[in-house]
Amino acid sequence: MNRRSFSLVVCLVLIAFLNTAVCLDELRFYLRSEPKSFNPLTVADDSSETVRYLTGGVLLRLNRETQKLQPELASSWTVSKDGRTITFVLRPSIFFSDGTPFTAQDVKYTMDQLMNPELHSPTGDSFRTSNGKVECTVLGPDKIAIHFPAPVAGLEGLFDQVAILSSQSPKKEMAVLGPYYVSDYKPGSFVYLRKNPNYWKRDSWGRQLPYISAVKLEVQSNRDIELMKFSRGEIQLINDLDADYFDRLSTLSPAMVHDAGASLDFEQMWLNQVQTAPIPAYKRQWFSSRNFRRAISSAINRDDLCKVVYNGHARPAVGPVSPANKFWFNSHLQAIPFDQKAALRLLQQDGFQLAAGKLRDRDGHVVEFSIVTNAGNRARERTATMVQQDLRSIGIAVNVVTLDFPSLIQRITQDFNYEAVLLGLVNVELDPNEQMNVWLSSSETHPWNPKQKVPATPWEAEIDRLMRAQASSMDEQARKKYFDKVQEIVADQAPLIYLVNKNALTGISPSVEGAKSVVLRPQTYWNIEYLKLAVERASNGK
Amino acid sequence: MKRLRVAAATLACVLVFLSVAGSLAPRFDYSRQDREHIGSAPSPGHWLGTDDLGRDRFARLLHGTRVSLLLAPAAAVVSMLLAFAIGAVPGFAGGFAERAAKTAIDLVLSIPWLFLLLIVRAMLPLNTSPGTSVTITFLVLGLLGWAAPARILLARARSMRQAEFIILARSTGIAPYRLLCRHVMPNLRPVLLAHFWISVPIFILSEANLSILGLGVAEPLPSLGSLLRELETVLSLRTDIWRFAPLVMLVMIVSSLQIAVSKQEVPS
Amino acid sequence: MRSSILRRLLLVVITIVAGGLVSATLVRCAPGFGADERQLDSRLSSDTIQAIQNAHADESNIVRFFFASVCKTLRGDFGVSRSLNRPVRQLLQERAAVTAALAGKGLALAWLTAALMVFATWFVRSAALGLSVTLLSGTLLCLPAGVLALLAILLNQPAYAVIALIVYPKVHRYLSNMVEAVRGMPHILTARAKGASESRMFLWHVVPVIKREVLALAGVSIGIAISAAIPVEALCGIPGIGQLTWQAALARDLPLLNNVAMLVIGCVVLANSGADLLGEEPRRGA
Repeated sequence: MNRRSFSLVVCLVLIAFLNTAVCLDELRFYLRSEPKSFNPLTVADDSSETVRYLTGGVLLRLNRETQKLQPELASSWTVSKDGRTITFVLRPSIFFSDGTPFTAQDVKYTMDQLMNPELHSPTGDSFRTSNGKVECTVLGPDKIAIHFPAPVAGLEGLFDQVAILSSQSPKKEMAVLGPYYVSDYKPGSFVYLRKNPNYWKRDSWGRQLPYISAVKLEVQSNRDIELMKFSRGEIQLINDLDADYFDRLSTLSPAMVHDAGASLDFEQMWLNQVQTAPIPAYKRQWFSSRNFRRAISSAINRDDLCKVVYNGHARPAVGPVSPANKFWFNSHLQAIPFDQKAALRLLQQDGFQLAAGKLRDRDGHVVEFSIVTNAGNRARERTATMVQQDLRSIGIAVNVVTLDFPSLIQRITQDFNYEAVLLGLVNVELDPNEQMNVWLSSSETHPWNPKQKVPATPWEAEIDRLMRAQASSMDEQARKKYFDKVQEIVADQAPLIYLVNKNALTGISPSVEGAKSVVLRPQTYWNIEYLKLAVERASNGK
Repeated sequence: MKRLRVAAATLACVLVFLSVAGSLAPRFDYSRQDREHIGSAPSPGHWLGTDDLGRDRFARLLHGTRVSLLLAPAAAVVSMLLAFAIGAVPGFAGGFAERAAKTAIDLVLSIPWLFLLLIVRAMLPLNTSPGTSVTITFLVLGLLGWAAPARILLARARSMRQAEFIILARSTGIAPYRLLCRHVMPNLRPVLLAHFWISVPIFILSEANLSILGLGVAEPLPSLGSLLRELETVLSLRTDIWRFAPLVMLVMIVSSLQIAVSKQEVPS
Repeated sequence: MRSSILRRLLLVVITIVAGGLVSATLVRCAPGFGADERQLDSRLSSDTIQAIQNAHADESNIVRFFFASVCKTLRGDFGVSRSLNRPVRQLLQERAAVTAALAGKGLALAWLTAALMVFATWFVRSAALGLSVTLLSGTLLCLPAGVLALLAILLNQPAYAVIALIVYPKVHRYLSNMVEAVRGMPHILTARAKGASESRMFLWHVVPVIKREVLALAGVSIGIAISAAIPVEALCGIPGIGQLTWQAALARDLPLLNNVAMLVIGCVVLANSGADLLGEEPRRGA
């Protein structure tokens, strides 16, 4: 081989290597469903939220690790004493991904769009604490004040969800301020994100972030396939791992899986207390009884649920707030002991009698009811079966019915044609203000008895009062006191029977550097701009 | 070949008898959860180990086989009868009846019956017992599963219309129902039998898939279909050999019965 | 001839419209219609929840909705998918080819394999071969589609192989029974007695006898392949009509389901009509 040929071969090998290095500098993980919207203001599903997180620039960011707010596009902010006005000072010389400059006008434009009632934005609804218009005052190219008609508790934290849109760009919501922009989208297949060339953040060396050039988000709902591809190295992150898969992966490679401890998520059940529900009146009477609900709660072995369903990657729940929510968790709440004798005593107080293995009420009706839950969630189906077994021990016959999600939603929000429901709750926000509509008795999403014209019970009236008090207070300690009391009432009355707090289980490939699993969503890529892929080190000569 | 058929028939009968008899024995409780032994390997106490809730796999296999093998063949017979009535009879009759049958078959083959099944589930009370729910599920499967074989039967019956033996039979003044039963049906038996053998495992699997709609067996009652669905996690989670027992059981029973009844068809 | 074809076409159109109306009615009457998982989002205000519930107002009268959408379809407007917020026409255009290729290849592989197995058992009268073939098709019938799809992914096999594995045992069972039924017929015995070879007997004396049923089976197998595409695409993450149908069914997306149903009905009806046409004896002149 002569010198020219040899040089040609070397060049070809180098080109191939560099191309490979470029192709390998791509983070890959799955979306569990098709993103429904690329407009960051109308995001309502997990997949769209993933795209928003990776592409949207926000004024303030909640640090998922420290659970503290930190400045992003805004270098500083102040909230007025009455909680109605927030003023932001913006970082200068920032540009959208298409080169258009970022100014206070863009923030005004975004807020105007967000608060447009025709848009029905979930994020916008979080800001809407009363009627009245939200006004934005541009105080300068880099300063803006936003005025709300009523105080908004936890106001600053809400801006973590508001991705700023460009008021000038012809690309509309596709011009972004986040670390990535949507470069390609094949419906039903994948979303391809590329590094934002104008991203404002730099590392301590002055190098522009993010480190990883591209992110490929493929659409795949099947968890078995996700596990297979992850163990083969075809994807590098799994944001939310089931306990079974966690244990399987940990036998293959313990370094790939992470248990960050209790997450904000719950599994819970509740009994139908809607007065107009098409269920027998005697059942409605059972479900309205505090003793009955507490008996059900006591009869369920939560430790077994954690051990059997979640392989120890969960802990018994004590109330509506997870211990992962460090500030808002009421540490005085006691764990609900598994005590079937105590459950029977509570039932006897209400006239129930256990005979020949069957529990009957004072009118002789055999105590039996159905639990509906959504099909396809193996952990939840197993939980329902274990609850069925536990309640059988105190003579209660339970029928487990798994339904597809739309049928389930229709039953629990429209027809109220159900007796008990087992569902999970996914908490994204720490602030209890986000749960306002769960606790207000007049709300559409008050689970066990929504849309009450007047509170049906004194304790629901008390919860209404406390939630409104915490929403209108700017004093965090005062708000905590109010909400602690709400948690105590809920623990006492058990309208929602909290079962377990699941742990935040994730999968992170060893090839991803800088990733640290946390309990808040997104658990694995919350610091996406600082993540590196092992190949990047080689291509940068470090 | 005859010895093979006898052996297959014997095997099938033994398996069916064991599953029915075993499921009636109190020792084999399919719902008791042994929460200290979750997903355990076979042992003297649990011959096929335990499942993810600590329930005895062997007991669940026996009960599941009994449930599915009683109901799936019944549903297959229902669909067979409907296929004959809606496919073969109009195909043999010809004319408007044949055209109407073809249209009905095409419609039934292509309409998304998933939504009808959802409506059926909505009409059932939530407290429907697992046994009733699974019976209704198989009945619905039988009522919807006739269209594909009906198409083939229609084509076969149509081609027999001008067959010499049919013309000969007609010329003797035979009554139409007698003509159908004595001369047409025997010639359709191969297609009917093929449909039957295909339908049994398909209905068993479909019943498990329908659990996503709230139909099918409800916990804790097992069915072969629900046990087979667990195989989806076998590949990704634990490839323990005993987890394949439901598949082996179903394959053995279905294949044995197929071999047992197979013979050279010599129609008139 | 021309009037016969026109009559058939008219029947196809009527069948598609009738089937579409029945499908739309089923979707409309099914539980969960109008329910949206956003209704469980505690952030939403009552106005937003009301707006979500009212979004299906124009679909409340199903007959009016259906015929309005048929008229729009004839003008080229297929409506907008509620669950994916995209024009239905665009969705179908992107995905139809994917499913056609997947189902087509799967069907071809299934038929080829089934035909080969039937040929083999015709030529080789062996109990061992018969037993193996029966066990193979029995095992494939007993395996859930999910398991087959996972196996294919594990072994890096293409998705159309899964369709083939689902369709093959059904086609094989019917073909095998049809061929066996002909084996003992008098004309086969006569041909054998006259010294005809096995291949000649098969091609000239078996195939013509079962031609009509085989064509009917071919038409039906297209419907089976399309149905099989739904779980396979959903499991393997293939962006075809099957995956779209499953997503639309879960979301009760009436505009999308309506069009997909009519497309599927059209395919099945045309396939079966084509099979009938091919199976018809040519008319002899007087």
